[in-house]
Amino acid sequence: MRARGRRAPVPLPLLLPALIGLAFLVLPLIALLVRTPWSSLPEQLASTEVWQALRLSLVCATAATAVSLVIGVPLAWLLARVDFPGRGLVRALVTLPLVLPPVVGGVALLMALGRNGVVGQWLDSWFGITLPFTTAGVVVAEAFVAMPFLVISVEGTLRAADPRYEEAATTLGASRFTAFRRVTLPLIAPGIAAGAVLAWARALGEFGATITFAGNFPGRTQTMPLAVYLALQSDPAAAIALSLVLLAVSVAVLAGLRDRWMTAT
Amino acid sequence: MTRSPRRTRRMLQVAGAGAAALLALSACSSSDSGSDTGSDSAKAGSSDSSASSSSKLSGAVTVFAAASLKESFTTLGKEFEKEHPGTKVTFNFGGSDSLAAGITGGAPADVFAAASPKTMKIVTDAGDASGTPATFVRNQLEIATLPGNPDRISSLKDLTRSGLKVVLCDKEVPCGAAVQKALDASSLKLTPVSYEQDVKSALTKVELKEADAAVVYKTDVKAAGDKVEGVEFPESADAVNDYPIALLKDAPNAGAAKAFIELVSSAEGQKVLTEAGFLKP
Repeated sequence: MRARGRRAPVPLPLLLPALIGLAFLVLPLIALLVRTPWSSLPEQLASTEVWQALRLSLVCATAATAVSLVIGVPLAWLLARVDFPGRGLVRALVTLPLVLPPVVGGVALLMALGRNGVVGQWLDSWFGITLPFTTAGVVVAEAFVAMPFLVISVEGTLRAADPRYEEAATTLGASRFTAFRRVTLPLIAPGIAAGAVLAWARALGEFGATITFAGNFPGRTQTMPLAVYLALQSDPAAAIALSLVLLAVSVAVLAGLRDRWMTAT
Repeated sequence: MTRSPRRTRRMLQVAGAGAAALLALSACSSSDSGSDTGSDSAKAGSSDSSASSSSKLSGAVTVFAAASLKESFTTLGKEFEKEHPGTKVTFNFGGSDSLAAGITGGAPADVFAAASPKTMKIVTDAGDASGTPATFVRNQLEIATLPGNPDRISSLKDLTRSGLKVVLCDKEVPCGAAVQKALDASSLKLTPVSYEQDVKSALTKVELKEADAAVVYKTDVKAAGDKVEGVEFPESADAVNDYPIALLKDAPNAGAAKAFIELVSSAEGQKVLTEAGFLKP
């Protein structure tokens, strides 16, 4: 049955759109490689602005992932393990930033945490903390956009994990927190790792919320995507070089994840 | 017992694939936001391009214009549509440099109005303009402060005070280049908190009270009404920007585009522009 199905010719109405789809996804990346000014590339990449932007991007994406882990994993646990009224609504709210246009997220963050924002004005007058135009602001913007990826991934893993292990641990006298720490966490570690990588990748590519909330200043808030966007307007060759770096990082992330789900077939 | 780890793995894979798909989706939306206005105007530009007869104008005219022209050009666009029933003027306002990059990249536009000769030169150098661009207005810089000017800013030098949050336009954008010129002329060094991608986003940061001041155009301060307070500074005389306008070579609707340029340079058009705070060429 399987062997016969494999040998039958692929129907054209399926093959043609499939090939177009493949070309559509791959062609832009090939074009990027074709148009890369390879001869001047080392010079482009050696500039301090590129390294400044790349370093800032890596630091901010990592910090945003760390923030997401610290508050996202407990949130995922709450959603998966505690039955409280309105849980569906809370889950929908948590995933909203996932589908929200990032620029809208940036505007919302300004309204909430800006110097004149609902919460931000108190941060400013009590602690003297202002987030817009700071590196911390970049981390906040990236965490806002990236954390839902982690929460969803971890919650899915928690739901799939057998709760009886935790129940057994609590029956044997462990507190619920100890059971979480000693039993649940090791059990869902792969899910947390996958979610963290997703969140990190999303944070690394974040543009809209960052430029809206944190502005654009080289070395402080200008991450790689912002640098690419602004370079494109004045120096396309530099933009291509920067894009290539981000592409390389993305490929590296994919290669690292290959064993997890790229071989799902 | 042996079943559950396998199920876990499968669930993980499903969750991973779903999350990966969502990642791809959101990545798409974020790149959209970077160039949002471009696709709108592309649609409008292709809708009708038949008319180029001198007597009757019709169809869509797509105008790429500097962000600082937003209010006055919107007014002129409505006037144009009233004078020539059947026409529709669509604008794409943005930083002049990104508009120029869009035009040289093949965006279907009829008219380009830039905030500096330098950004217009990008288009003429690429051979995308038809004829020589004409200067139709000039614009002068002004400091925009919070309402009531609580920080008592009275000069360009005051902006260099520490603890003051100042936003400027990116140096590639005409208003940013003009500010740089004014600062260089008075040998001042100003470190802003952000270089914004166009003049309107710089102004917005002051309107939202996130920044204490921005250096923008006189016209922007005027357009913002009482949400900001303008402070004139003498150095701005050294950095007056000429605004050139040009018909584009591949204009889908050249006839109507020419008529729009005529309206902008006419006495009527100049009246709207000078009322908005622009200087006559």
